[in-house]
Amino acid sequence: MSKAVVDLVRSGDVRAAARLMRDLDDGIPAAQRTLRKIYKHTGRAFILGITGAPGAGKSTLVDAVVTEFRAQGKTVGVVAIDPTSPYSGGAILGDRIRMQRHYLDDGVFIKSLATRGHLGGLSRSTIDVVNVMDAMGKDIVIIETVGVGQDEVEIVKVAHTNLVVVVPGLGDDIQAIKAGILEIADIFVVNKADREGADRTRRDLETMVSLNEYEENEWVPPVLPTEAVSGKGVHGLVEMVERHRAHVFIDGNIERFRREKATVELFEMLKIRLLEKAVGDLERHGLLDGLVADIAARRKDPYSIVEKVVNHSFAANLIG
Amino acid sequence: MATVAAVKKKPTPSRKTERKVRILIGKPGLDGHDRGAKIIARALRDAGFEIIYTGLHQTPEMIVTAALQEDVDGIGLSILSGAHNHLLPRIVELLKEKDMGDVVVFGGGIIPDDDIPKLKRKGVDRVFTPGTTLKEIVDYVRENVHPRA
Ligand code: B12
Ligand SMILES: Nc1nc2c(ncn2[C@@H]2O[C@H](COP(=O)(O)OP(=O)(O)O)[C@@H](O)[C@H]2O)c(=O)[nH]1
Ligand SMILES: [Mg+2]
Repeated sequence: MSKAVVDLVRSGDVRAAARLMRDLDDGIPAAQRTLRKIYKHTGRAFILGITGAPGAGKSTLVDAVVTEFRAQGKTVGVVAIDPTSPYSGGAILGDRIRMQRHYLDDGVFIKSLATRGHLGGLSRSTIDVVNVMDAMGKDIVIIETVGVGQDEVEIVKVAHTNLVVVVPGLGDDIQAIKAGILEIADIFVVNKADREGADRTRRDLETMVSLNEYEENEWVPPVLPTEAVSGKGVHGLVEMVERHRAHVFIDGNIERFRREKATVELFEMLKIRLLEKAVGDLERHGLLDGLVADIAARRKDPYSIVEKVVNHSFAANLIG
Repeated sequence: MATVAAVKKKPTPSRKTERKVRILIGKPGLDGHDRGAKIIARALRDAGFEIIYTGLHQTPEMIVTAALQEDVDGIGLSILSGAHNHLLPRIVELLKEKDMGDVVVFGGGIIPDDDIPKLKRKGVDRVFTPGTTLKEIVDYVRENVHPRA
């Protein structure tokens, strides 16, 4: 059964791929088993991350960038992430609205995902879904993050090239976002360049970049203005993306990138599975509620309990 | 306050299996009346559904392609232009062609009562006209749209 799915996905079958992505998003175990078989067929696609505050024009920019890539004859997958409401667990995924002209293009596959409580700008399924698109044979996979700002470090390890989209008129906010954002951006995009203050924002960013020290041969993030709505500046942006890509795919760089990415994949999966296993073990032995009560009443401390759980739950299994 | 039960139900980013109902809300045709569609999208989000909102001016082909890629369980369509008799059945037909006949198609807008039985016969599950409360609509979706096999 899953062999058939693997073949279908690899042949680019939209229905099979869409279902597999959904199953991965929903955490269906069979889908994860399929993914194990698909993994070896991934690693071909070029992955482009786009992050920036809500309303900065990320989706519009994705639309324009897709147009450029399609003109080059490349096939594209888009993974667009929007936040889940913490109150209802529901979500409105509206990134597609900006990408309508690509709906009927067979060479473009768009998937909208909700964060479902995951932090860091992606959904927990994002890497899996990107892997499916990669296995489908998409040349480029574009990830649009939620755009909450500070905490979007996850994307860095997932995408080969990361665009950080900024809009004019941020003023002092540039100082505020400075900390995290410098490490994220391979290319800064000053979108809505038609608006007043674009030049100033661009200069501010350039100043910020220039205050950093870079080693020889290290990539220095350029700052490019765009008007995503009209497409102005987008051709130049895509050229710059190509240049960064060439930089990433230099021997030493790509080795390092692949190792970092593998590390993140491994850690992310471990984090999730270990937590599940520990909580599951405690539950199975009927210990969880009691331990929580003990900690709450200060009869026990969480430090010793975690230590015990970790030693027992995992070490025994690893050896045994 | 988070109870133990709540923590167990939502152990932060976990691999727990959870089938979420996904619904596409779209506006086929050429009219720009999107208030209704947006209000419905919000009400369904607040009821816990994942809504893919595709926006205005959609052709039936665009809606069905999006539904396929997003693997939705239901499609809610808003039409206030008068073109419902053509657009809604066409969407049902295209879904069948794509082997997605089990997607529940429903909708609302300015649709004369006389047209509703005809639309139902052509596979539109339910039509809501102005004045319907959001609760009625949410209840309908809860009862009738489930994760597809
Ligand atoms: C507001 C309005 C506008 C606004 C629209 C703003 C916007 N962004 O939506 C503006 C001023 C732009 C506008 C323009 C026009 N309008 Co106008 N407009 C209306 C009006 C007064 C209210 C519509 C509305 O927003 N209602 C509130 C929402 C919440 O109600 P609703 O959409 O009906 O949704 C409810 C149900 O129908 C149902 N529902 C609707 N969609 C869906 C979807 C799903 C999935 C579900 C489950 C349920 C559901 O549930 C909702 C809750 O009960 C109606 C008259 C009326 N009383 O309906 C005319 C009306 C729709 N407009 C009309 C017309 C003709 C026009 C114009 C062509 C020109 C004109 N004469 O003004 C232009 C065209 C604009 C365009 N580009 O298409 C006609 C349509 C005639 C027809 N279909 O036969 C109407 C009926 C007025 C009339 N009696 O002539 N309009
Ligand atoms: N003036 C102007 N508006 C833009 C530009 N790019 C996008 N927008 C608008 O900004 C709004 C938000 O765009 P969207 O792509 O949804 O932003 P996202 O939330 O970052 O994905 C939309 O109304 C776009 O039309 C631009 O270059 N100039
Ligand atoms: Mg967006």
